[in-house]
Amino acid sequence: MSTLAQKKGFGAVLWDYLTTVDHKKIAILYLIAGGFFFLLGGLEAMFIRIQLAVPNNDFVSAGLYNEILTMHGTTMIFLAAMPLIFAFMNAVMPLQIGARDVAFPFLNSLGFWLFFFGGVFLNLSWFLGGAPDAGWTSYASLSLASEGHGIDFYALGLQISGAGTLIGGINFLVTIINMRAPGMTYMRMPMFTWATFVTSALILFAFPALTVGLFLLVFDRMFGSNFFDASMGGNTIIWEHFFWIFGHPEVYILVLPAFGIFSEIFSIFSRKRLFGYSSMVFATVLIGFLGFMVWAHHMFTTGMGPIANAIFAVATMAIAVPTGIKIFNWLFTMWGGSITFTTPMLWAVAFIPSFVAGGVTGVMLASAAQDYQYHDSYFVVAHFHYVIVGGVVFALFAGAHLYWPKMFGTMLNELLGKITFVLFFIGFHLTFFIQHFLGLWGMPRRIFTFLPGQGLETANMVSTVGAFFMAAAVIIMLINIVITSVKNEKVGNDPWGDGRTLEWAIPSPPPFYNFKQLPLVRGLDAYWLEKMEGKKGMSPAEPLGDIHMPNNSFIPFVISFGLFVAAFGAMYRADHSWGIPVLIVGLLITLGSMFIRSVKDDHGFHIHKEDLEDNNDKGVKA
Amino acid sequence: MAAEQKMTYETWPASPEKQTLEAKNKFLGFWFFLGGETVLFASLFATYLALKDKVPNSDMALAKDLFEIPLAFIMTMLLLTSSLTSVYAMYQMKNFNFKKMQLWLGITVLLGLGFLGLEIYEFNHYVHEFHHSFTSSAFGSAFYTLVGFHGAHVAFGLLWITTLMIRNSKRGLSLYNAPKFYVASLYWHFIDVVWVFIFTVVYLMGMVG
Amino acid sequence: MANQQPNSGNPRVDIEYRRKKSAEEMKHQVITFAMMIFLTIVAFVAAGYEGFSAWFIVPFILILAIVQVIFQLYYFMHMSHKGHEAPALFLYSGAFVGFITIIAFLTVIWW
Repeated sequence: MSTLAQKKGFGAVLWDYLTTVDHKKIAILYLIAGGFFFLLGGLEAMFIRIQLAVPNNDFVSAGLYNEILTMHGTTMIFLAAMPLIFAFMNAVMPLQIGARDVAFPFLNSLGFWLFFFGGVFLNLSWFLGGAPDAGWTSYASLSLASEGHGIDFYALGLQISGAGTLIGGINFLVTIINMRAPGMTYMRMPMFTWATFVTSALILFAFPALTVGLFLLVFDRMFGSNFFDASMGGNTIIWEHFFWIFGHPEVYILVLPAFGIFSEIFSIFSRKRLFGYSSMVFATVLIGFLGFMVWAHHMFTTGMGPIANAIFAVATMAIAVPTGIKIFNWLFTMWGGSITFTTPMLWAVAFIPSFVAGGVTGVMLASAAQDYQYHDSYFVVAHFHYVIVGGVVFALFAGAHLYWPKMFGTMLNELLGKITFVLFFIGFHLTFFIQHFLGLWGMPRRIFTFLPGQGLETANMVSTVGAFFMAAAVIIMLINIVITSVKNEKVGNDPWGDGRTLEWAIPSPPPFYNFKQLPLVRGLDAYWLEKMEGKKGMSPAEPLGDIHMPNNSFIPFVISFGLFVAAFGAMYRADHSWGIPVLIVGLLITLGSMFIRSVKDDHGFHIHKEDLEDNNDKGVKA
Repeated sequence: MAAEQKMTYETWPASPEKQTLEAKNKFLGFWFFLGGETVLFASLFATYLALKDKVPNSDMALAKDLFEIPLAFIMTMLLLTSSLTSVYAMYQMKNFNFKKMQLWLGITVLLGLGFLGLEIYEFNHYVHEFHHSFTSSAFGSAFYTLVGFHGAHVAFGLLWITTLMIRNSKRGLSLYNAPKFYVASLYWHFIDVVWVFIFTVVYLMGMVG
Repeated sequence: MANQQPNSGNPRVDIEYRRKKSAEEMKHQVITFAMMIFLTIVAFVAAGYEGFSAWFIVPFILILAIVQVIFQLYYFMHMSHKGHEAPALFLYSGAFVGFITIIAFLTVIWW
């Protein structure tokens, strides 16, 4: 149990990360893996825009275009946006509630490795006969007809990584309910923690629908069942419903944490308490609740009938109300505040008009009768990129700049950060604003090329130019990360100077036990309260004592690896005789390692009081 | 209170499943998991109800041709009784009576095995007598997926409870393993909850037509 | 770590009290079980009886199932005890989402 001792050497560090159960290290793993997939998805986006830059382009073939398009959507949603959000949740939420760790450190690690192996499995399709090509929604009538193993990679890969997400959601829920520091009541929790809570609940209830849908797809494609086969009595619409019963809450799973990050930023850099905190909490919960009752607005044109369409249209429009509450609260938070335009604040301020634009087109699309005109056109593409890039990706950039010092102990360069912002902001609107009009002019989504002389050339070229701006912004961000890491200038507890919540009261990066003594929380913005009373840090809520910590474990990696192997066996079962044995071996690896976990007692270890006292001179304070 | 500490009858608390923070987390996390499982099974029920009696040609067996009251009734009784025996096991756990707890858990496992055996017989019967299989129709796919998912949960529960019984057979009860037993019994009850809906929605409503 | 049982200071008395209380609870469990068996039999008989129409039987046995599940949840799974607020909230939320799914699949899948 020599975790206190400093480990050295690349092998030791690697092993440490492979076995870690520390939420801060798992956050870094999520950040790296999610960042990698983000670059991959971005590369795919660039290929899409290059192909569509000029009419009749042959940069990629039609079939390859379908694969790129499918993988762009799937990668960005499941393998980039979600893990990056999980990175910030892991890094920040336990610190914000004053916890030493999450409720299930082992499962936290398992969740990461399941996501990782699922993502790797999905992307190996590029090298093993072709990627999925039925769009990220993978509608059954299309995906059942898809030849090769692309869709199998999609279904099995998402099944594995989806299990990881579900585990993560349960873990966050229990952490927030059971492990808040003394005095941290629900209505004193920072907005990002509230967002994490509601998001986790959405994950818990939305992902099982995806799990079932994917199972049915896997059974239909690989095991001869007939759920979606109309000639055998099946019904292809079942997939659409399952996909969107999951898929719509998924949109809120992505955007609520983004709202949480922005709420923190507005408050910190306006040097003001968040305006209308309790209405913000209410709006977050309400969005989560309504999010489950609107899924069929993705299916207005499938022919559900006017009554169903009307119900779902009205429910969808209702979501604009809590979202509007949030927008106004952010504006009022800035009103009269002493605002500093740091990089995170720039992203936050730019987010409001960008996201509102996406919201307005959302209400337009929610009107079922109008939707028949917009459906499957570039108008829809513009809409969801406005909410997902303008909402989620802006938040990821903002969060990366805001929390980088807390995660790595050093500040990203502000000048480069602002250049990143300006380039990305220009590029984003250049790319997607014009796509509204492309849609209205009649350009359907998902086509691999278009003909000259239909009035689409200029707009598509503008859109492609914008994409290059965004690519440049991401490259500058990477350069910024490299420069910052090389310089590695250490910062103190509260590098922005105006931190309000508990995470800014402890060192950057925090010690692995986070809080030497659990802090006493006396109100919303706990650290700010103490600072305003002239105190240096939080008052401890307990005497210095032994701290109980969990042991590292390699088992999560092995459990996930077993499923990864089993997925290959299931997929190649019909083509090769080794399919079944590989399937069985994979499942045995998984079940065997679960069995070992079950029978081997793991009581964790204690950090002794004396060791904690030794650290006093390093400025480690509760 | 350290979880691995040796307990006696006198020091054994009233709710041994919720004494440490780890135990409380496990308790809550498992309930949330059951909340997710509710959605999972509801989705399978929805699929079944949508695809019930959807067969490609009219001479294939429908729900009203397949199901028989006696078999469904015996299976229901087995599972329902096993739910009671696992309540007895938890009762003995709270009384710090390890041997009796193991005995009741053993009976639970036997009843579960009986249920699983009957289910295998039942599936076999449908496939051979009625040519109602996983691949024969959408109805077949939906039926075997719903009931089979439940059966797989039963099988996993049996493995889980047996593992717990064997692992702890020599060392008795502690605050470390009490939550493990408790959570396993929650799981077992949940399996029974799902079965109540299966016998009602699939078997009884199937017979009614 | 605070225990939740009443503490009279005399461990012997506490244990006796607890024993009695849990034996009593066990008696309730057995009664619950008997009720569940009874409900099950009623459901099977109702379904097997030719005289009723499906319009009566289906809602009737569904109600019986729901009652039985409530017994199972509140007695066998102890949801009636203190400290089950969060589990109840999340279980009912799950049931709600599941219910909407089933309603949708019964209404807008086929047309």
